[in-house]
Amino acid sequence: MRYIPHTAEDVRQMLETVGVTSVDDLFAEIPSSLRLQRPLALGEPLSESELLSKIRRLAAQNATADTHASFLGGGAYNHFIPAVIDQLISRSEFYTAYTPYQPEISQGTLQAIFEYQTLICQLTGMDAANASMYDGASGCAEAVLMAVRATGRRRILLSSALHPEYLATVRTYCRYLDLELVDVPIDALGGTDGAALLRLLDDRTAALVSGYPNFFGVIEDLSVQAAAVHAVGGRLVTVVQEPIALGLLKSPGELGADIVVGEGQSFGIPLSYGGPYLGFFAARRGDIRSMPGRLVGQTSDREGRRGFVLTLATREQHIRREKATSNICSNQGLCALMATIYLALLGKAGIREVAGQNLAKAEYAKGKIAALPGFSLPLSGATFNEFVVEADEGAAPALERLEKKGILGGIPLQRYFGGMDKRFLVCVTEQNSREEIDALVSALAGGKR
Amino acid sequence: MEFPEEYKYTEEHEWVLVEDQLVTVGITDFAQDALGDVVFVELPEVGTLLEAGKPFGVVESVKAVSDVYAPVSGEVIEVNEELPDAPETINTSPYEDGWMIKIKISDAAELDDLMDADAYQAFIEEEA
Repeated sequence: MRYIPHTAEDVRQMLETVGVTSVDDLFAEIPSSLRLQRPLALGEPLSESELLSKIRRLAAQNATADTHASFLGGGAYNHFIPAVIDQLISRSEFYTAYTPYQPEISQGTLQAIFEYQTLICQLTGMDAANASMYDGASGCAEAVLMAVRATGRRRILLSSALHPEYLATVRTYCRYLDLELVDVPIDALGGTDGAALLRLLDDRTAALVSGYPNFFGVIEDLSVQAAAVHAVGGRLVTVVQEPIALGLLKSPGELGADIVVGEGQSFGIPLSYGGPYLGFFAARRGDIRSMPGRLVGQTSDREGRRGFVLTLATREQHIRREKATSNICSNQGLCALMATIYLALLGKAGIREVAGQNLAKAEYAKGKIAALPGFSLPLSGATFNEFVVEADEGAAPALERLEKKGILGGIPLQRYFGGMDKRFLVCVTEQNSREEIDALVSALAGGKR
Repeated sequence: MEFPEEYKYTEEHEWVLVEDQLVTVGITDFAQDALGDVVFVELPEVGTLLEAGKPFGVVESVKAVSDVYAPVSGEVIEVNEELPDAPETINTSPYEDGWMIKIKISDAAELDDLMDADAYQAFIEEEA
């Protein structure tokens, strides 16, 4: 017998209270194309061994970075992950996804988070980093809210060269907050249009949000943007979706950024179809009380020994309720630990070397592809490990040809931008061998001219 | 614990010193003692229009973050610029150096709603 706790009358009352007429109305936000329009049809029961083999057969149909040569980036990057990371995070002392509710009793966890925060500060050139957010996109949205808190202003300029999914997340967060979101167009380099920026900046502007490198892989001139936005008293929010780039580039902090957020997946966290990932978030000292999330600080106990505590917890939700700085009251503990181990393993020299390999391989691929008849690089800005390619035959046919040869050649930009049906985004990391890159180039060349 | 006779008090533990149309506002000795060491103060900008009973600033101690409420309506005409750099002044001198803002009062009748020192003392004894 099935036990269903709610009577029809219960359901009717609950629906009336929230102001909808049917249970289906509660799912209206989910596009109908993604919703199952019939009852779920499960097959007959299977034995454990039958089930395993069935699931394995299904899984084998997926194209992954293990089965294909992958040149996919766009916010999720195929980097080498040392085996020691999995080994260390599996220790039971670390095995919690959250910051503990009685934090000070877990000194090891707090120390690991403190080290993580320190590493993020060093990479971004900022004064303080929080204990982490869900992912790059939610970190980006929280940075917008922080800029609004810190400045008391309500107008936000969003670079159109930001990751389109990050932009969608920002719009979702801000939908009912009565903020003015203004799009800044892209210039011929593939960066945020500087002239348009100057036109749109005013003394009501809380922040400019731009990418470094941006969604098209282009390295923007942050110092010019910082000067412009500081001149009107706003903040520069820098979004880093591929932080391996910070191994070579000047830190956003050195260039004048005020809030730096990004996606930490590149630091030893597997692609795993899009999550769980890691949002990193860092800011300047003066704005620290407007920063969302948890913060671990170093102190000394009554006997003078080094210890770790949650800092500024008085501004968190469990104490400050609806007046809390943000409603983030935990962190991506395990993913932050993975990033900490990765960064500690590689060290300064190691990160620089990985970044150097990414740049060199991407430049090699760029040169070869640009030389192919029928292909060009439409954006002229400098890039790191990602770049946009234009195919005369169209992006979709070119990528389809590559896929038949076992190559995931890139992300078609038509998915996000109307009128870009010939363009796709190619990413080359240290995981792509020279043979793979040459195979990509010759497979592209094999097409229609 | 001191409660100067010439001041007026609110149920949110602010004190008010009235001089003509100008009122100076801070938090009481009782409030600073309950909060403990004050580490951060957030004050409004000069020119801000305040409404009686609405928060105008924040006092953060090692224990809690608390709003500070406007005792009367009016315009902020001066803020204690020293306070953000020396928030501990609120602990050491709550009624003098630890003042927070000066308000140009818009409705003097609102002062009648405030407590005198005796009434405030009775109020906190009742609270405790």
